[in-house]
Amino acid sequence: MKKLAFLALGCLLSLSAHAATFTFTAIPDQDETLLRERFGKIANYLSQELGIDVAYVPVKSYAAAITAFRNNQVQLAWFGGLSGVQARMRVPNSEAIAQGYEDQFFKSYFIAHHSTGLVPGDTLSSELQGKTFTFGSKGSTSGRLMPEFYLRQQFDQAPETLFERVGFSGDHSRTIALVQSGAYQVGAVNYAVWERELAAGNIDTSSVSVIWETPTYPDYQWSIRGDVDATWGEGFKARVKQALLSMDDPELLASFPRQSFVEASNDDFAPVAKVARSIGLID
Amino acid sequence: MTAPARFDTTAGRYRRLSLGLALTALLALTLADIDWVNSSPWFELGRIGWGMLTPDFFGVESLASAVANTLAFALLGVAVANVTGFIFALLFRWRLVQLFCALIRAVHELFWALLFLQLFGLGTLTGLLAIAIPYTGIFARVYAEILEEADQRPAELVPVGSGWLSTFAYARIPPAFAHLKNYALYRLECGIRSSAVLGFIGLPTLGFHLETSFSQGLYSQAAALLYLFFALIASIRLWVRPWLIPLYLAMALYWLPFDGYWSVATLQQFLGYDIVPAPLRDAGVQALAEPRLWWPWLQNLLLQQALPGIVNTLVLSIIAMVACGILTLLLFPLVSTLFMPRQGRSTGHLLLVVLRSIPELILAFIILLVTGPSMLPAIIALALHNGAIIAHLIGRYSDALLLRDDASRGINRYLFEVLPRIYPQFLAFLLYRWEVIMRETAILGILGIHTLGFFIDSAFEELRFDRALLLILMTALVNMALDQLARALRRRLQLDANPQQARY
Repeated sequence: MKKLAFLALGCLLSLSAHAATFTFTAIPDQDETLLRERFGKIANYLSQELGIDVAYVPVKSYAAAITAFRNNQVQLAWFGGLSGVQARMRVPNSEAIAQGYEDQFFKSYFIAHHSTGLVPGDTLSSELQGKTFTFGSKGSTSGRLMPEFYLRQQFDQAPETLFERVGFSGDHSRTIALVQSGAYQVGAVNYAVWERELAAGNIDTSSVSVIWETPTYPDYQWSIRGDVDATWGEGFKARVKQALLSMDDPELLASFPRQSFVEASNDDFAPVAKVARSIGLID
Repeated sequence: MTAPARFDTTAGRYRRLSLGLALTALLALTLADIDWVNSSPWFELGRIGWGMLTPDFFGVESLASAVANTLAFALLGVAVANVTGFIFALLFRWRLVQLFCALIRAVHELFWALLFLQLFGLGTLTGLLAIAIPYTGIFARVYAEILEEADQRPAELVPVGSGWLSTFAYARIPPAFAHLKNYALYRLECGIRSSAVLGFIGLPTLGFHLETSFSQGLYSQAAALLYLFFALIASIRLWVRPWLIPLYLAMALYWLPFDGYWSVATLQQFLGYDIVPAPLRDAGVQALAEPRLWWPWLQNLLLQQALPGIVNTLVLSIIAMVACGILTLLLFPLVSTLFMPRQGRSTGHLLLVVLRSIPELILAFIILLVTGPSMLPAIIALALHNGAIIAHLIGRYSDALLLRDDASRGINRYLFEVLPRIYPQFLAFLLYRWEVIMRETAILGILGIHTLGFFIDSAFEELRFDRALLLILMTALVNMALDQLARALRRRLQLDANPQQARY
């Protein structure tokens, strides 16, 4: 009997120890390699700054990250614009606390294969009609939501009717590969990924180029659950925010990759929510 | 004497079925969305080719643990399904059990995983259940058939008054044991493939890294992962020994972390809110009485997604199945002792292992680069993958055929000696595979083809679990109907003459 009681106590202790580990995740949108190594360093940094155990959980999809956030498996997450809105809708009092400096004015590129004859312009050419088109991942802000919004705004019809065929490549790098090969004629891609792949020599500029860039919009941000103060004490949320904003080690920032983090609030993402609602991605 | 009437011979029935399938596929082709664009894939194909030549085994982090996870999920999932499936097999004479098993195996592992992800997060439990549940349905059906068709004479000869358990243990199991064991081993290979593919949605198996490196264009890393995967599958008969299984299972239990996440609140949230159709969430159950509340929602889902999804899925799967059949007939001689010397067979085996182990998603992406988006890459990818599986099985089956010493050689041997003998098996395999091909059309959203799976995936991505569940149920119903049809066809043709072979 005594043994059993000890066992139960042990379970309880391990449970509470488990609950006291502050856990975060990050949407893999631009670079999915070496996630553990890169974000393990972020976990160490936060652990030092906050004085508690911090763990990182790798995820593969937007939906998995949102689910983990809602189910309190993670308390902090580096979300895209849309996934952040979707996640905060589901967790009362959750808050966007910081965004990348670059995320205040993020943008998407429309890219086209040269055989289409499409040339760069200030607006999307009406010759887009009837082409084949690929988005990135279905839940991506820069690879799906904002491109779809601007397409609808300009042509006043759904992509499925505007284009001959609409695919979802699932990833920005794959979007580039598919348009570059001409498999899809046109595509929409996160500008940062395009610039990175271009610099790395992975893009054959004789067959694919940027034909339009969208106006800027807010994208990635750190969102935190509303109940963290109740678990880790009053003012914990503010301390997490401070730790993120004061991150200045270039090696850590390169994981995102961002030059620095700046303040953010839920209101910054109201335009994203509005666009998502108008497209029917959220109710 | 009258001229012999045109008898309804078995061969005649095979011919009619083959012709019927081919004509249906041709009809489907006229409805299919097939296209070939003039693309310039060489830049990307060059990078992929270079990656395959320069595999990088050290660029992927925690590679060893990914291999261990892949094996551990597969071993435990298949072991659990083996036991539960066996229990259901004993109860299989009840229609309800049959339907239940058909339902659970009709849902793709990935969709089971996406559902459990909502409840248990990305933990061990999610991976195990995603394999164990559909495999339970498969094991139940196959084990029930094996037991039914095993030699019944020993059981009839036990003395009057012998207990049920003794009869079962001493007279029913022994005659069926070899087949049960063979089948369990084959399922383990399938389990390793399933386990790897679960990585695509985030479980820490080989598929996690494979998807990452492939989608990011890191082809040297992708090649390394693929080669490892091929090696695991190809060597399976070397390292799986019955007496080692308990040891492997113990290691798997020890290795996998069972600190999964679980809470009643999450369960309540999921069952009581997430999967309740959106229009009924606030209004409660009594709203069911008012169709105007939910009919538009349902109608929209049916007309916009379910119906076109079902049509596209059927069209695609029937073409893929017939293409798969043609491919099988071309490929199986490569691994058959009747046609190939030893060295040629090794090459053949290697080719088949490669074709059946590359996840369809990756095959489809490579073909998509060349042909452009349409149903074409899906058809080719599904036909190659499944064709390689059936060719492997038919090849093994043909090895057991005994030909006369003076049997003809070459093309005559193929057409007049071997083909007639393997044809019933071949058709049985093919019809069984139809169900599998249907399930697999789910994961090809990259091609912009709106199959049922495409819409289910979208529903999960938009966190609309009510839609996802309804669409999954519809997929399951279509699968069950198809399964019934295929079985009716098989029965008509008496393809089950040697059933232990027919179900792989």
